[in-house]
Amino acid sequence: MKRQINQKTKSMIHGQKALRGVARDTRRTSIYMDYAATTPVDQKVIETMMPFFNTHYGNPSSLHAPGQIASGVLMQARESIATHLNAHADEMIFCSGGTESDNLAIIGVINSSKAELYKKFGKNILPHVITSAIEHPAVLEPLLKLKYQGLIKLTQIKPSSNGIVSVKDIQDAITNQTVLITIMYANNEIGTIQPIAEIGKAILKYRKQNNTVYPYFHTDACQAAEYLDLNVEKLHVDLLTLNGGKIYGPKGIGLLFVRRGIKIEPQILGGGQERRLRSGTENVPGIIGLAKALDLSQNRRERESKRLIKLRDKLIEGLLKIEKSRLNGDRNARLPNNVNISFMDIEGEAAMLYLDAKGIYCSTGSACASTSLDPSHVILALGMSYEAAHGSLRFTLGRSTTMSDVNYVIKIMPEIVQRLRKISPISLDMTRF
Amino acid sequence: MKDDNKQKRVVDIKPAKNGGSSFYSDIVKEHFFHPKNFMEDESGYVADGQGMVGSPACGDVMRVWIKVDPQTKRIKDLKWKTFGCASAIAATSMMSVMVTEKGGMTLEGARALRPQDITERLHGLPIRKIHCSVLGDKALRSAINDYYRRNGETEKIEIESGRIIDKVLKITDHDIEEAVLDGAVSLEDVQRKTKVGTGDSSCIPEVEQLIRFYREKYFGAE
Repeated sequence: MKRQINQKTKSMIHGQKALRGVARDTRRTSIYMDYAATTPVDQKVIETMMPFFNTHYGNPSSLHAPGQIASGVLMQARESIATHLNAHADEMIFCSGGTESDNLAIIGVINSSKAELYKKFGKNILPHVITSAIEHPAVLEPLLKLKYQGLIKLTQIKPSSNGIVSVKDIQDAITNQTVLITIMYANNEIGTIQPIAEIGKAILKYRKQNNTVYPYFHTDACQAAEYLDLNVEKLHVDLLTLNGGKIYGPKGIGLLFVRRGIKIEPQILGGGQERRLRSGTENVPGIIGLAKALDLSQNRRERESKRLIKLRDKLIEGLLKIEKSRLNGDRNARLPNNVNISFMDIEGEAAMLYLDAKGIYCSTGSACASTSLDPSHVILALGMSYEAAHGSLRFTLGRSTTMSDVNYVIKIMPEIVQRLRKISPISLDMTRF
Repeated sequence: MKDDNKQKRVVDIKPAKNGGSSFYSDIVKEHFFHPKNFMEDESGYVADGQGMVGSPACGDVMRVWIKVDPQTKRIKDLKWKTFGCASAIAATSMMSVMVTEKGGMTLEGARALRPQDITERLHGLPIRKIHCSVLGDKALRSAINDYYRRNGETEKIEIESGRIIDKVLKITDHDIEEAVLDGAVSLEDVQRKTKVGTGDSSCIPEVEQLIRFYREKYFGAE
């Protein structure tokens, strides 16, 4: 992998002419610090998947021997994942990724709740959903669409300035029409970890006191799965989303844990696979890859977390030495691999591309790097200015990250910030942030 | 019958040798990584005119300083500073080259410079990046006006052709008209081309009205 990326930077700076100034000496370095975007697939995962492409390629729905072999390994994969979630094998619904899993949870719950809601309150009632202002677009977009179509009432809880939502704010927002609460386990941009277990407990208490099955509780755990405990009994969640591409597994495979007894309406209809909740021939190699990846991740998560926290803290400390910089998100209640810092007076995409030319790969919350005109909704929700959001950089560490990588970034970053500030006409007053 | 006919349609799917870094053209990258004519030190620089557009909140700020030959009215020197992404920086850098090359543009010639001219010299920009490049020429026109103001040639000051709708970005009704003619049908489309309203959202109702007006004018009632 390293060699390939070297070639990329080499050609990116297009020949000798560019080998001056900041873009110099880029050819030997390749530091991937964008693991929250996606991870490489673990070699062991690839090896586990391989036989299921062309040796055991049967359709698990077929009753003949090849089909039953596939069906058998599918069951093993379900059981393996269920063990890590402290759940039952029949509670695993496989789908195409985190986005589909979130959509299925949200639309599936809302649609299936209507019968019960109408019975109680009559036909003029709208299902109420509670979420946070810092969710992933896979959660926010379907919710906002339903809201604008006038099909649901939506409450978006703002986090505190450190990027953590308060249990009490959520509790206070619950009404007898609330059918779903969906709060991410850990944020993809700033890495903050939400108090899922406490929220879950509060919801259980509400249901008990009011003798109701609603609201259901869903969490998107895609970013959390590599580092945090996924025990659904401890988290008190009814629905949980996972995917392969963030945990050194394959892309294009996702999972929705649906607790027994929870009612959801399927969104994709067909052959009735996945307990009729998600039709379509199962992606057998993908599911096996996801199961293997999760197994590897969960078994090493404590050791790996400890290792990365050291690197993360070193990187935060080193980058905050740069003048006019600020950490986004809580200092401690954040994922072991997440560093998100705003550098004032410079624009994130420009900084990201200068880092790219130096062989350091990260991402930014600037509007210029996205398809919309607005910068990161997460950083804005912290109460930070547009300027801070435009100047934010996210470095997410992973299994290949070493202390020398971190030191290299700490060494390179000041000159890039300095160079971009030199051509920047603005100089913001830090007391405003 | 030859067998090799069958081989013709085989298409390999493999990573690009250059690492797929084709998001920006080489010329954009050259100007982004090695910007030309940017203002290194303001303290010793005596400008004949200067202008600025944008706000940090909307993600782009451009500031331009010019020196003008009083006899020929040609721009002898142009310095700039830009807060913005790669396209914004590259576009201002390229503008500085275009304005000062070949003995410098006349003030009137420079005033006629359009963002499309700059984009063309940059061998194009990704579609969703066009809006990042449209402010440089506005900063330049603002500097030209400043020059006339300082020299008492107030009759030559030209307010942006048309009426300014967005005060922060100096976007005019003419810019919105151009955007509609260019195929924009919604506020989002126009914003994608001009960023109108991202610095000062109070102008959005008026922008929406103008979009309706120009759509009716050019494409008939809906």
